[in-house]
Amino acid sequence: MLKLQNVRKVFGKGTANEKVALDKVSFTMNPGDFITVIGGNGAGKSTTLNAIAGLFFIDDGYIEIDGNDVTKLPEHKRAKYIGRVFQDPRMGTATNMSIEENLAMALRRGKKRGLHKGITREEKSKFREYLEMLDLGLENRMSTKTGLLSGGQRQAITLLMATMTKPQLLLLDEHTAALDPKTAKKVLELTEKIIAEDKLTALMVTHNMRDAIKLGNRLIMMHKGNVLIDVCEEDKKYLQVADLLKMFEKASGGQNVDNDRMLLN
Amino acid sequence: MRLSILMGAVSQGLLWSILAIGVYITYKILDYADLTTEGSYPLGAAVAAQMILSGYNPFVATFVSMIAGMAAGFVTGFLNTKLKIPSLLSGILSMTGLYSVNLRIMGKANLPLLKQDTVISVLSDRGIETSTAVLIVGIISVLVVIAILWWFFGTEKGFAIRATGDNSAMIRALGVNTNSMVILGLVISNGLIALSGGIMAQYNGYADVGMGTGTIVIGLASVIIGEVLFGHSSILRSLFAVVLGSILYRIIIAFVLSKGLVPTDLKLLSSVLLAVCLSLPLIKEKLYNFVEKIHGNKQKEGEVNA
Repeated sequence: MLKLQNVRKVFGKGTANEKVALDKVSFTMNPGDFITVIGGNGAGKSTTLNAIAGLFFIDDGYIEIDGNDVTKLPEHKRAKYIGRVFQDPRMGTATNMSIEENLAMALRRGKKRGLHKGITREEKSKFREYLEMLDLGLENRMSTKTGLLSGGQRQAITLLMATMTKPQLLLLDEHTAALDPKTAKKVLELTEKIIAEDKLTALMVTHNMRDAIKLGNRLIMMHKGNVLIDVCEEDKKYLQVADLLKMFEKASGGQNVDNDRMLLN
Repeated sequence: MRLSILMGAVSQGLLWSILAIGVYITYKILDYADLTTEGSYPLGAAVAAQMILSGYNPFVATFVSMIAGMAAGFVTGFLNTKLKIPSLLSGILSMTGLYSVNLRIMGKANLPLLKQDTVISVLSDRGIETSTAVLIVGIISVLVVIAILWWFFGTEKGFAIRATGDNSAMIRALGVNTNSMVILGLVISNGLIALSGGIMAQYNGYADVGMGTGTIVIGLASVIIGEVLFGHSSILRSLFAVVLGSILYRIIIAFVLSKGLVPTDLKLLSSVLLAVCLSLPLIKEKLYNFVEKIHGNKQKEGEVNA
């Protein structure tokens, strides 16, 4: 479904701030895989997701989605394969546009946009059903601008927008990190439910080790722009936080993870 | 203020409002401060005037002036999105270049339209009073522009343009080429601005190479006055608010002129007016804090006294 081969990206090439964001990232996702990605700050987790989504072109390597080489494809042309939810709740919706208008735009993800109506009556009733499923009471506020909603409500809507056309690949970039614990839990449950029901292939970055272990069927740990550990389905079932820490120390050559934010959770 | 002056201000406001709507599209919908305005407005005037003088039907001339403005908008969009020149600078480059283009089109700095057929004279020749004819032309063109834009911003493409100005990262993630949307928005905006210039040349009876100076401020002032006084809850409401803002702006100008201000002071007045409008949110907040503070102090005093 997704294939990354020796993906490399250097930011600020030739300047004093040169940083190898991605060194040699390779991994493959099979259809239906739900991979959680963890790693410290600057490990390259978000950069990997952005490279897949096409926010920038990579310096070296190869990216394939659903059998198509997308390495040289600009972001807006990859959109037909990919649904995305961002860390910042403000990022996911057009805040001066209503809930239903945002959903209508998401419904047309990757399709040609012409001079047809931006939103139809049938679509509105469909959106009402989807919103009822979220169970946040938003089905009665469909013409409310999303800028007036809470962060959790917006993340739930962004999640709905990213998944309602059943994308080949769902990218979640710490999408619950900016929410309070209770809302984060609810959005995470919703994520799990949607992925399971629609059998989506998903890649989720998280800072929370327990979430990373609990959710999904595979786990990837990144460090300094490389995939350090790739835990397969069989091993992940019995994985504990302590195991993960031990694996990290061993794989990174005895480095300590004490200062890393990922331990805080 | 005499009624005839008021009516003149309303007609002028209507003609200017087409420019203001163009500015609204870039400034408010696309979130793009576009200075091409100051070049595309006289461009429209130059094209319309020169074509009418060459014997073309005034309606054809007016239509072509709009097309010329669209081309100008395309150039700015191209500079910004394809050549990655910052938005403000792209507008300045177009505006400056257009000064020469406009002189080329006109052949001289001022092109009078004496005794020529215009979209206004076509009506007044049929026995309608000139001031009424201007009003009719203004109302019809504004209503047509608003109707088309209201429809357009409700289409899939219209949604995509609105989202591009609102949150370009989000709409790119949904598969929209935001560069194309920026160009399209600039094309529509400058088309309207040139249309306004084309009609205004026929209303004034001349095209002048310097008539673009200060138009961006006039357009912005209309947009902000309209938004503050008449609301912006929907696209349709915003469009009408801009028109009302533009009319109100002309009434203010007519009023100060009738009080003895000389026309050459108008640009300064426009700038001051816009500065005040733009700082209204801040003034409102400071005023609110000030009132809160006084109120709070009084409460404290009350507590002490008790």
